[in-house]
Order: sequence, then structure tokens, then C-alpha cells
Amino acid sequence: MIKLIGIIVIAAGFGLRLNTLLVVMASGIATGLVSGMSFNAIMGEFGRLFVTNRFVTLPAVMMLPVVGLLERYGLRERAETVMRRSAEATAGRVILFYTGARQVSMALGVNVGGHAGAVRPLVAPLAEGAARAKHGDLPKATVERIRAHAAAAENVGSFFGEDIFIAIGAILLMKGFFEDLKIEVSSWAMALWGIPTAVAAFALMAWRTRVLDRRIAREAAPAAEAAKPGTP
Amino acid sequence: MSLLGLNTFYILAGAFLLATALRVALDRAHARRWSTALFWGLLGASFMFGGSMPPTAVGYLVLAMTVLAASGKLGVSRERTTGREERLESAERLGDRLFWPALLIPATAVLGGLLFGRIRWHGVSLVDPGNLSVTSVCIGAVLALAAGLRLTRAPLRAAVGEGSRILQAVGWALILPQALAALGGLFARAGVGTVVAGLVERAMPTQYPSVAVAAYCFGMMLFTICLGNAFAAFAVITGGIGVQLIVHAHGGNPAIMAAIGMLAGYCGTLLTPMAANFNLVPAMLLELEDKNAVIKAQAPIAFALFAFNLLLMEFCVYRF
Repeated sequence: MIKLIGIIVIAAGFGLRLNTLLVVMASGIATGLVSGMSFNAIMGEFGRLFVTNRFVTLPAVMMLPVVGLLERYGLRERAETVMRRSAEATAGRVILFYTGARQVSMALGVNVGGHAGAVRPLVAPLAEGAARAKHGDLPKATVERIRAHAAAAENVGSFFGEDIFIAIGAILLMKGFFEDLKIEVSSWAMALWGIPTAVAAFALMAWRTRVLDRRIAREAAPAAEAAKPGTP
Repeated sequence: MSLLGLNTFYILAGAFLLATALRVALDRAHARRWSTALFWGLLGASFMFGGSMPPTAVGYLVLAMTVLAASGKLGVSRERTTGREERLESAERLGDRLFWPALLIPATAVLGGLLFGRIRWHGVSLVDPGNLSVTSVCIGAVLALAAGLRLTRAPLRAAVGEGSRILQAVGWALILPQALAALGGLFARAGVGTVVAGLVERAMPTQYPSVAVAAYCFGMMLFTICLGNAFAAFAVITGGIGVQLIVHAHGGNPAIMAAIGMLAGYCGTLLTPMAANFNLVPAMLLELEDKNAVIKAQAPIAFALFAFNLLLMEFCVYRF
């Protein structure tokens, strides 16, 4: 039971709104200490895992200079212009399209996209551009909501597309897990049973993006009213 | 042997992080100049030299970064960037060509996944086949940067400056995923999972097949919320609850259980700040004021999808 102290530290830390990094560190130290590790051993284990997991952070860091550069020269502004050309495009439809594309790419085993690689430079500006092209200037809260949904599309698309491809992380992990236990399970069967949830995830995104489009229309109306020339 | 592996890009990324530290240190107008420079410098060092440093030293380095971040000593730069007018003007001038470098990243990732692994001379491969997808994305980023510099005729300095501006906006959240991975390792070593699995098992009447399914699905989601990682939850909860109860005691189908159980875990990932690389880092990257905005956008989907997975498993796992 005492081993659960790490989870309690995390819950308390989040409850008190402490710095997340500090909470994680404290939880690790507490867990290590109750399981009999010395402080130096805990630091060693932390350091070892921190270094082997650098690859998680790597793509985001590598992407920043080029994304920053393109934004400096008007990538977002251009996205707005492009969206203005299409009458069909709405923020919700752009985001839904990305969800589907992401699911298909993951199901085919091609990891294309990502928060730094696609959402910040392309998906979010295109979605914002589509909303601006339709409704004019948007309130800040609306812009935040559009961006948050673009990030959600990346997560939902990649999580619920991945498990259909047999040679990728999750399926390999499950296969290896059952092999250790000497239980015969086919990768194909596991991939097949990922499909219903993938379809449901896309349907739910379709519903959420429609709600998003309606909210944008509702929230943008008063802002556009206020921006009309001649009104005090 | 391979020419381009993760290490190549750890060095490049480290150089960029160190360049950020240097820019901050030279910026007299920066509000928290020295502590911010120190933070990015330490992170840059861990990227560049992490592989050859003793792990304990890296651990203390991470501790130092944590203290800097937690005491609010990290500032953002007020470096000048272009204004909206300038951006509209250059967007007009460069047109759709602005999208090419951005599209080069996914294009390289696709091509790389298909081709890079096969390019080799005399036993030396171009790209480390073990880390093909991350390496391909990094190659794409470098090619895109080259294309972007050519297109805009901007100096490299401008790209580094803009990049470090976004980097400082993301701030300490950038290293949260790595710290959480380390925490997961410590949890696994201490055997936290076995304790949780035992608790769930004791708390619920799992002699009923449908209760076993519910215990397994809720276990996957809750444990993923605690750890921020469905893979870590899978090993623990499937070993402790799934295989014991659903497969052995009630004769369920392991393939269906595993596939849907993992997806129930992913519903937890959508809900937790512990999955920082999916939920918090994007919020920082998109410069959202509410750090939990992404989780809030995902919550309705996560709950609905969890219910779907639960029902799907209840109906199918004992039938096929």
C-alpha cells in the first residue's frame, strides 16, 4: 500500500496546482525512497530514463526553427487567404478532415503529422483562417477553442488509427505480452478489433466539430456586431 | 553502423537549445535573463552530451531544471518578430510557396519510412533502421528549414530566433514527457501496478463475467490517467485483471480483450495532464492561455468512446 504514495503525491500536487514538473519529481523521489532506493540511486534512475527518452522531445525541438521562420514570413496569414477561396471550408471541417487523414495514415503505418509538425504550422492556422474568412475577427476565447480542437484531432486521429496497423507500437507490445504468457493471439485479430472503435472515434469527432462550428458562429456574431463601423 | 541516427539529431537539437540559452544570456531586456539561460543551457547539455554523462549527473541536472521551473525563474523573450502588416505583405509576395517547406516534413516522413531504411553501402546504412520514423521526421525538419531559408532568403539567425521564441513560450512543459517517462520507470520498479491491480480486484465482485470486463476497462482508464501512459497500464492491468479474470476464469477472447482494452486506456490518455506530450505540450505550443484546454476539448469524446469500448467488449469478448 505504501507504494502508492507516488500516486497520492501526484493527486495532491495537482489539487494544489503546484508546478507539474515539481510534482512529478517529488512523486518519483517518494516512490523510490519507500521502495528502499537511495537518493543517488533515484537520481541515477531518473537521469538514465530522462536520457533514453529524449526521442520523445526531439521532433518538437527540431521543428521549431522552420515553423518559426515560416510564421515570420506569413504562413498563418497565407492559410487565411487560401481558406477564403473556398466557400465550403469551415474550421470544423478542416479539423475533421485532418482527423480522418491522420487515422488513415496511422492505419497504413505512416506516422505523418504531429503537434509541432502539422497542427501548429498547418491545421490550426487553416482552421482559424476558415473561421475568419467566414465570420471576420474572432474573440480570443473562440480562437483558443479552435486551436484546442485542432490539437484534439491530432490525438484522437493518431490514437484511434494506430491500433489497426499490425507492425506498430501497440500491437507489437500486446503480441509480445501474450507471447511471454504463452497465449496464442494473432496480430490480425487484434488489428481487426481496433476498427469499430476507430469508426466510432471518427463519428464522435464529426459530432464535436459540428458543435464547434455552431459555437464559432454564435460567439463570432456579437464580435462582428461590435466591430461594425459607426457603432460606438 | 548508420550515418544518421538519433544521436546526430540530439546534437543538432542540443545546439539549437544552447543557441537559445546564448541568445537569452545576451538579451539585456530579458526579465529573467540568467536563470532562463541556465535552464535552456542545462537542457541543451543533456541533449548533446546526455549519452556520455553518468546517469546520476543527468538526474541532478534534471533536479536543477525542476527547481528553476518550479520557483518561477523562467521568463519568455520579448524578442522582436514581424508584425501583422509585414506578414500580410510577405504572405502576398511568397504566396502558396510558403506551404512547401511545411509540407516537406510529412513528405519526407512518408518517403523516409518507405525508402531510407533500404539505402546502405557496404554494411553502412544511411538511417538508423531502429528509429526510422523519428529520424525521418528530423531529416524532414532539416530539409524544410533549408527550403524555408532558400525561399525567404532569411539568415539562419532569424530561424533560430523565431524558433527560440516559440521554445520559450512552450517553456518547462517541453521536458515534462521525459520526466513522466522516468517516473513511469520508477513506478514499474517499485511495483505500483501490482498493488493497484490487487485493489481493483478486491473492491469489485469479479466472479461475474460482466463485472470482470468493467473492472478491466475502468482499470485501464484509471491507471492510464494516473500514469499518463496506456502502454504502462496495459502490462499491469492486463496481467493483473484481464488475463487472470477475463481469459482464464471466464474464458474470454484475449485478442478482443487486448485490442479494446488498450483503446479504453487511450480514452484515459485523452483525459490526463500526466500525458503531457499529448495534452499539455500542444497547449503551450499553440500558446493557449488555459493549459487544460486540449483536455477539455477531448473530454466529451473520451467519455463517449470509453462507454462504446466498454459495451463493445461486454458484447463481444465472451462471444467470439
